[in-house]
Amino acid sequence: MTDLTDLGIREIRDGVRDGTFSAREVAESFNAAVSNARQLNAFLVETPDHALAAADAADAVRAAGETLKPLAGVPIGMKDLFCTKGVTSTAASHILEGFTPQYESAVSQRLWDAGAGMLGKLNMDQFAMGSSNETSAFGNVISPWRRNDGGNAPLAPGGSSGGSSAAVSARLCPGATGTDTGGSIRQPAAFTGISGIKPTYGRCSRWGTIAFASSLDQAGPMARDVRDCAIMLEAMSGFDPKDATSLDVPVPQWEQGLNASLAGKRVGIPREYRVDNMPEEIEALWQRGIEWVKDAGAEVVEVSLPHTKYALPAYYIIAPAEASSNLARYDGVRYGQRDLPEGANLQAMYAATRAAGFGEEVKRRILIGTYVLSAGFYDAYFTQASKVRTLIARDFENAWESCDVLLTPTAPSAAFGLGEKSDDPLAMYLNDVFTVPSSLAGLPAMSVPGGLDKHGLPLGLQFIGKALDEQGVLNAALAIEERAGFTARPQAWW
Amino acid sequence: MSVDTATVKKVASLARIAIDDAHAERLVPELNNILGWIEQLGEVDTSGVAPMTAVIPNTLRLRDDVVNADPLTGGGIRDAVLANAPQAEHGFFTVPKVIE
Repeated sequence: MTDLTDLGIREIRDGVRDGTFSAREVAESFNAAVSNARQLNAFLVETPDHALAAADAADAVRAAGETLKPLAGVPIGMKDLFCTKGVTSTAASHILEGFTPQYESAVSQRLWDAGAGMLGKLNMDQFAMGSSNETSAFGNVISPWRRNDGGNAPLAPGGSSGGSSAAVSARLCPGATGTDTGGSIRQPAAFTGISGIKPTYGRCSRWGTIAFASSLDQAGPMARDVRDCAIMLEAMSGFDPKDATSLDVPVPQWEQGLNASLAGKRVGIPREYRVDNMPEEIEALWQRGIEWVKDAGAEVVEVSLPHTKYALPAYYIIAPAEASSNLARYDGVRYGQRDLPEGANLQAMYAATRAAGFGEEVKRRILIGTYVLSAGFYDAYFTQASKVRTLIARDFENAWESCDVLLTPTAPSAAFGLGEKSDDPLAMYLNDVFTVPSSLAGLPAMSVPGGLDKHGLPLGLQFIGKALDEQGVLNAALAIEERAGFTARPQAWW
Repeated sequence: MSVDTATVKKVASLARIAIDDAHAERLVPELNNILGWIEQLGEVDTSGVAPMTAVIPNTLRLRDDVVNADPLTGGGIRDAVLANAPQAEHGFFTVPKVIE
């Protein structure tokens, strides 16, 4: 019998439905995989009972001959940014250590309503601030991948959804939730050879998701292939009156709509994404991607997004500004940790609590955010960045006049080693150069594996689509998936 | 624009994050490196450009003016609200004395 942990979401769903195996067998297999992989530090909390309960419910429905829910029998991993009722949710920060939500986030609730079970809460960069999972207060996630040079240097699984990417690629779960503020689904997906999609801003409710930068934060699925992402995204999406920015539009049947033919489609290649010092292998992969979409029937056109180089600096004003405001709530009064030095007054308690509770990168961003919003600097920084954001969105609008979807690399390099970039915040920020512009414009974007670099590490290709055209993005990614023949997976050493 | 130790301490105090002198001094070059890099936004001509306020066009909704229209966001859940407080007494959040 095949190892059930080798199966993806669709295979599990169909196998449970057809009685090939029981949902309980699936849950038990993944629970065992999770508890055998603690070296990866991908999970902050393991919830085997949650997975088993959902599995037993699925098996009971099937035994009764009733219709199974869309994700019945599928156990998933939940990024620790989502509040889960009765299960600690920390955003990988000390300041929320011990926080046990009394409510369920809208996205996780939708997944449970669809029949999914939870294997556990996944490690991440603290408050989703990072690109390597090295800012977690609970230790680095170790990528299951290793370079083929014989050295065993531990590699970054990407970030901020690094627990999600590591867990999916190591076959600890068939799919996981991620969140993407500036690339936090796509870059870790690329680093670990899996697929991940950030939908249009507003598709997934932000209610109950711990906020980082509210105008950018968007949840999405990370899974082994494009179809599995489509299945999971359908379950996660939908209007929620509790989120003022939730879009009141129908959720398309993305899985049913999958079509790998790009006949009649125009794929844009933005010339500004050819950045300085881009490794040859990334450029070569991009060229292969271009050949693949042509082979799928698409017409390839060169387009210009002239404000691309300003996207990162604009992002590093807007996101920290929003973060400094959002994270004001961690005050040691309502939830989380409190640090009360002897004789301290209220203000001193706030300052001591936040100094002890936040990690270095979180503090850095709160300080930058506070600075760019402070009197005298607001216009020069925040207002200017918001205007540049308008121009970046306009660049995309103009591009859609000549193409339907854009093809770019996902990240400027393959996975780097843990510790290689953590001393230089700016070098780390530059990792998001290809993912941030579409985040600023709220557009759907997806990373799909394209190949391996010379060290045997995965590289990803990204598609960026028009607002609400997740289908176009998924279809283009499927065309690449069918041609790339990406079957590499990390060899279990853990 | 660049920051000095005094500015870093001022900003940290606005952000309610306690930092000592050594920490502030360490942050000065780090923050200046980042601020120097984001300074390049100044070269973009944004005259006549409106700042973005909504990334995807959306209309704000009004809900029915009903108490507890959605029980998830309604009232009457004091114990749940206080359940995670570091310190709560008599149905209230408790903080150090603020009035002598």
